[in-house]
Amino acid sequence: MDLKELEAIAFREHQQDDKIRIRCCIVGGCLSANGLAVKEQLVKTVQEADLGDEVAVSGVGCMGLCSKGPLVRLDPSGTLYDRVSSEDAPKIVASVSPRASSSQSLPPSQYQPDAHPFFTKQLRIVLENSGKIDPEKIAEYIAADGYRGLYKVLREMNPESVVEEISQSGLRGRGGAGYPTGLKWATVAKAQSDRKFIICNADEGDPGAFMDRSILESDPHRVLEGMMIAAYAVGASQGYIYVRGEYPLAINHLQTGIRQAKRLGLLGTGIFESSFDFKIDIRVGAGAFVCGEETALMASIEGKRGIPRPRPPYPAESGLWGCPTLINNVETFANIPTIIRRGAKWFSSIGTENSKGTKVFSLAGRVCNTGLIEVPMGTTLQQIVGEMGDNVPDGGKAKAVQTGGPSGGCIPAALFDTPVDYESLKELGSIMGSGGAIVMDESTNMVEVAQFFMEFCMDESCGKCIPCRAGTVQLYQLLTKIREGKAVLKDLEKLKQLCNMVQETSLCGLGQAAPNPVISTLRHFQDDYMGLLSQE
Amino acid sequence: MPITKENSNIHPSGDKRFQMLSATMKRHQYAPDALIEVLHQAQELFSYLEDDLLLYIAHSLKLPPSSVYGVATFYNFFSLKPKGVHTCVVCMGTACYVKGSTNLLTSLEQQYQLQAGKTTFDNQLSLLTARCLGACGIAPAVVVDGSIEGHQTAESVIHRVEESLHHGS
Repeated sequence: MDLKELEAIAFREHQQDDKIRIRCCIVGGCLSANGLAVKEQLVKTVQEADLGDEVAVSGVGCMGLCSKGPLVRLDPSGTLYDRVSSEDAPKIVASVSPRASSSQSLPPSQYQPDAHPFFTKQLRIVLENSGKIDPEKIAEYIAADGYRGLYKVLREMNPESVVEEISQSGLRGRGGAGYPTGLKWATVAKAQSDRKFIICNADEGDPGAFMDRSILESDPHRVLEGMMIAAYAVGASQGYIYVRGEYPLAINHLQTGIRQAKRLGLLGTGIFESSFDFKIDIRVGAGAFVCGEETALMASIEGKRGIPRPRPPYPAESGLWGCPTLINNVETFANIPTIIRRGAKWFSSIGTENSKGTKVFSLAGRVCNTGLIEVPMGTTLQQIVGEMGDNVPDGGKAKAVQTGGPSGGCIPAALFDTPVDYESLKELGSIMGSGGAIVMDESTNMVEVAQFFMEFCMDESCGKCIPCRAGTVQLYQLLTKIREGKAVLKDLEKLKQLCNMVQETSLCGLGQAAPNPVISTLRHFQDDYMGLLSQE
Repeated sequence: MPITKENSNIHPSGDKRFQMLSATMKRHQYAPDALIEVLHQAQELFSYLEDDLLLYIAHSLKLPPSSVYGVATFYNFFSLKPKGVHTCVVCMGTACYVKGSTNLLTSLEQQYQLQAGKTTFDNQLSLLTARCLGACGIAPAVVVDGSIEGHQTAESVIHRVEESLHHGS
């Protein structure tokens, strides 16, 4: 494979461009809403009307507005139809071509994505191909400038300058903690070892987060390319993708992607006629939240119980089988190809001072528009919840947004004007986390929410260290006592103390962050707690 | 029958599924770190992991049975007991929780006199919960016999499960 072949594939693909495109989402929420049947009906209708030479139907990844699926988008007009059923297919085909005979009128709900705040407020880098390309066709990814970043690094850059470029971009880990990606890469690159590994953490365990699932389902090659570039930069020749067992379609698309990349010589030996060899294997998780923690994840890849170990040594020095290992999240890898292609300077011009680029959020809970959005860092929660999410349905009022899952916290509506970046969320007692943003309305009691997350952490604690194993149980019982109206003011004090203890003394991130939902709700929603205290 | 290279994969019970399991282990070169992959395959073939099966895997991968048992019990995905003919998984993720998944679960529990995680006496239905299915955009979500259903209510989920129980799909 060389650049000419790559260009040839892209050229063949671009010959479809003058056709009218009907794109139907066939992943995630739309798939559950029968998206595949809609797509098949569209294909059939186009075939029957013999419109193949002017209309092309394709199944694509997530367009974002998951709650309104199945979605169908027409290009070049950009018209979007929501809640499409198989019966709507002939009408949609008729609307694009006068040759199709249909006396029926257009399906009712349609709007222009370039006028709807859910879409106009977005800036899509990671999701640039989602909803546009067929995730199972490598040619479509290549036609969308895919694998050009890999070519550029292999043929025009040395590993040091790749690491430097990523450092310059200001990209920070999208998995939660926000560690500078360039710094992590530099550490692994510097480590001396014959064997190094790359791991893509796709164990998206936070309930309420589905960004990684959607990226993998909609644009798997972007993640593969990101991993390849990382491998070249740090000197690794083997990569693993650790993906949740709950995401069968993501696994399937990754397998297809890896197979196609191998066939084209983009994975294997001597990639792009360079001396770079790389191989990627998939490891399917088996349902343990703690495996999102990097040391536990590595234990799981080694076929053991997913139990964390103390750090240091960090994986960058001693990771998988004791070798230097680079672990990044799906979204982090998905940013890489674009940064390489468009340059660090371009990337660092987006976002806030210390948080560069964009962040994908899965907007869910009590809002009208739920789904996937990608916004520049520094977008306010008000814009996300109020404008893009279109507020709480049925005239309700938002009470809080929960970010960061069981390791994060709840941000009250009064602080919705906060621009979202790593630092500001931390200041409010929450974290960016992987990007779940769950809106809660006034009917939600925050003590219940805290108890819900504590029950989660209690169940998912691996049991290795006592503060987490026993502490989460005690915290859960205290919260239950409060909820049942049996607690007194002294118990709140106890709760705070215990939170502090678990936070300070737990071994890994799970335990250290487990009290966060309690602490943040205590801070912002003290009335919810006070109202439940026993009057005696 | 003498054990030769050709028939060493054949389990004494003659069950062909063991042959397929063996093939998986062989593909991983019987490496102990393939244990989780092998357990996934075993569960897919046998639908649950009984003790004998775990012993067989431990023996093949040259691992102590204790560590195989340890891994199988650590991960939520692996089930050591048989599941019912039909399954209903209620997602208890945050987004579903905020949209009332607790109501779905309670009504299912009452309807079938069944606790979450258990199977009915006639072995027809297992009621399970999931941490998060990543289907938050269509919350609350359930999975009935492998197919995911979004925007559920207490009535619609029972209707869906009934359909499954009576029509086998």
